Amino acid sequence: MDYIPITEKEKQEMLERIGVKCADELFAAIPQSRKVKELNLPKGISEQSLIKRYEKSSNNNKSLNNNLNFLGAGIYEHFIPSLVEEITGRSEFSTAYTPYQPEASQGTLQSIFEYQSLVVELTGMEVTNASLYDGASAVAEAALLAIRSKGLKKILVSEALHPEYQQVLGTYLQGIDVNIVPVPIENGTTSISKAKELVSSDCAALILQSPNFLGTIEDIQEFKNIIEKSGVLLINVVNPISLGILKSPGEAGADIAVGEGQVLGNASGFGGFTFGFLACKKAFSWKMPGRIVGQTTDSKGRRGYVLTLQSREQHIRREKATSNICTNSALNALAGCVYLAGWGKNGIRELAKTNLQKSHYAFDKITKIPGFEPAFKNQSFFNEFAVKTKKDIKEIQKKLLSGNIIGPFELSRFYKEYSDCLLFCVTETKTKEDIDKLIEVLKGC
Amino acid sequence: MEKLLNELSHQGQTGYSVPETDVPEKDLTELIPEKYQRKSELNLPELSEPVLRRHFTRLSQLNYAQSTNFYPLGSCTMKYNPPINEKISSLPGLKNLHPYQPQGTVQGLLEIMHTLEKNLCEICGMDSFTLQPAAGAHGEFTGLLIIRAYFNSRNEKRHKIIVPDSAHGTNPASAALAGFEILPVKSEQNGILSLQKIKELLTQDVAALMLTVPNTLGVFEKDILEIADAAHKNGTLLYYDGANLNALMGITRPGDLGFDLMHINLHKTFSTPHGGGGPGSGPIGVKKPLEPFLPVPGIEKNNKNEFRFNYEKPQTIGKVRSFYGNVPVILKAAAYVESLGREGLKKTSEQAVINANYLLSILKEKLPAPAGNRCFHEFVLSGKPLVENNVRTLDVAKRLLDYGFYAPTIYFPLIVEEALMIEPTETETKAALDDFVKILFKIIEEAQNDPGLLKNAPQNTPVSRLNEVEAARKPILHW
Repeated sequence: MDYIPITEKEKQEMLERIGVKCADELFAAIPQSRKVKELNLPKGISEQSLIKRYEKSSNNNKSLNNNLNFLGAGIYEHFIPSLVEEITGRSEFSTAYTPYQPEASQGTLQSIFEYQSLVVELTGMEVTNASLYDGASAVAEAALLAIRSKGLKKILVSEALHPEYQQVLGTYLQGIDVNIVPVPIENGTTSISKAKELVSSDCAALILQSPNFLGTIEDIQEFKNIIEKSGVLLINVVNPISLGILKSPGEAGADIAVGEGQVLGNASGFGGFTFGFLACKKAFSWKMPGRIVGQTTDSKGRRGYVLTLQSREQHIRREKATSNICTNSALNALAGCVYLAGWGKNGIRELAKTNLQKSHYAFDKITKIPGFEPAFKNQSFFNEFAVKTKKDIKEIQKKLLSGNIIGPFELSRFYKEYSDCLLFCVTETKTKEDIDKLIEVLKGC
Repeated sequence: MEKLLNELSHQGQTGYSVPETDVPEKDLTELIPEKYQRKSELNLPELSEPVLRRHFTRLSQLNYAQSTNFYPLGSCTMKYNPPINEKISSLPGLKNLHPYQPQGTVQGLLEIMHTLEKNLCEICGMDSFTLQPAAGAHGEFTGLLIIRAYFNSRNEKRHKIIVPDSAHGTNPASAALAGFEILPVKSEQNGILSLQKIKELLTQDVAALMLTVPNTLGVFEKDILEIADAAHKNGTLLYYDGANLNALMGITRPGDLGFDLMHINLHKTFSTPHGGGGPGSGPIGVKKPLEPFLPVPGIEKNNKNEFRFNYEKPQTIGKVRSFYGNVPVILKAAAYVESLGREGLKKTSEQAVINANYLLSILKEKLPAPAGNRCFHEFVLSGKPLVENNVRTLDVAKRLLDYGFYAPTIYFPLIVEEALMIEPTETETKAALDDFVKILFKIIEEAQNDPGLLKNAPQNTPVSRLNEVEAARKPILHW
């Protein structure tokens, strides 16, 4: 099938008007020797055959709908209120382009302005942009912002930052020769004493995630106290839902707050339903990457919204732009906007508390099972925690999977020193019954 | 004017309900030390679900979208976004998957991704694809890092990238981010490159030449084989910017034209919706010699017909994105390619080029077309003759909005004065194209007889012309 609404007769009329006999003539500039005879692909198929083919593939996967999932590690399963997808599914939003003509794009522009306002409030920062690709690229862009602002080419990075974010950061910075200095982990948290030793005035920034990859809530303020004197910028990577109860980056003294927005109303999507957010202090407005929406007035004095501070961007500044980003993750950020707006002031706090209660219930139960113990002493955590076990991890995973349970995350994937540790995530999506089911299987391991 | 969320806020309202806490509850301070708790007020708006639905539905109605209006935005390929692809990407077994769940439990998805990679290789004449980059510019950046790693592995010091002045702004921006110096090259009058000029620029320190084919004026680079030959003789790689691939599917392949690597915008050529600015997807394809440098993980099929992620690539540039790519977008593009098949893809590019030429053949009667009488999938007109009536291209664009058309891309490419860049795509009816012509001609007449209509446009949109200067001078970036 195809989506061409032009009849053969119309096509001939058009060719005639153009002044050619056949379509081939329009491709005359292509060297004859390099023309394709026929692509070696199957023939097209009908919509009916197409959906059957994909339903079969879909059924060939173990979806989180039919399996209890205790994996987190950067992508978190939260309940998605029906309104979120009802709105993002509206084709007026989903099939619009970047709002280059603001008068015909007020829906997109106002929703981004509202998204920006919600992110600013949640993070306690002063300005933010219209979204980036994902949490990892947001970290990289934050590092670049800090490097640009300070004119320094050294950054400190906590080893408890999501390892994939660390990898992406390394990739982003490989072209411009930046010295990335790792700050080691001590008992599940970034080592404050090591950070103290490593910090110096030639560092542009310290990147710290909280809750960190191991689930631990970091003492952000303490790090701020350490680096402040040296003028090092603090980049705080956060889980936005946790900010319903945890100290905001603004309160803790961060200069830049970034994170993964998937948790705000987007499905797990095999890690592909993401958006990165980046919020910072006002002083960095003109140095931010990506699109930003601002409020203005129309010729009749009415309020309206436009893309603004555009002279930072690639379509104007080319190689001198603050970033190469053009397309971002607008529709996923719209989901974030509808999600945050619906929870509101009290809802987001209640939601965060529910996550906290459920994960702590699971933690207490699991660490009481013989052979399982807390991986770190006195770990303060939000909805994810680390457990150490003497049992055979492969066996545990096998038993869980055969009971239609997915997870936990094996820390050995990224940390050799934690080869006997598991990272469990428990969000509001899990009932007591679900958690007890997990406990029963673990007891039998 | 629609109120803002904070203006609609009503104390005590909540839109969604938190599930009952069915576990024994503990005191908050017992769970989290006081010093980690939020002290500042969290001043999010308070709104009920019915109010929210009406608010966002009304907002959506303020947009022009592909589904509601003709959107001839040049270089953006605003083609029809088939709903079946949305449905496919929402199937529970394709949507609700965790990136770290065992690979054996996601074989259905890995097969789809692997098949799309292979199909893109065939369409483009490349040997290997990665689906990881999240957008076109992200793909460019990935490609440039691959170029960098390739020359590093050969101990060659090449730090310059040739970029034509007609290129998208992302090309030089991505090259700069990857640590390269930009060597701009002026294009000739119709946007094509002079072989002679390219040869003069090809010194031993040039790593790559980035080309958009057809270029942003909709013209095919006539000397492409000679340019490729000259580049390769100099040890320089040829990068293909796939923004304009919609002109070439099933007709010719970048790989056969001599390109060594390329990106594709799945959200342009392969019909996935633009989402008001994203998410997109920018897969990178390479020829064999560049394969070792692709991002990890690759998706491979073993001899037991199982699909596996391969992280063991010692020369990889690393990861450019968390996890594996914008999977929902990838799924939509995969379904699009399979539904069209070999004949549908070719028919698509053919019709896209016919539609553009049809519009050009009529519109050039009233406005100059600096790149000539023929084009590929898009073309550029100059609004310069209207300047004598004190009418700028911006005014024409705004007036088009009044008549229910989204505007073409304007003031790009930079090499055409008062540029209007028009890309109709293959999914418009002849009637829609004819209407567009009629209205554009009417606007040109208005420009001559009553320019005020254009200067004061738009009037029929939810807001009239917005003051962008004021927005940048006194930034209000949140409520």
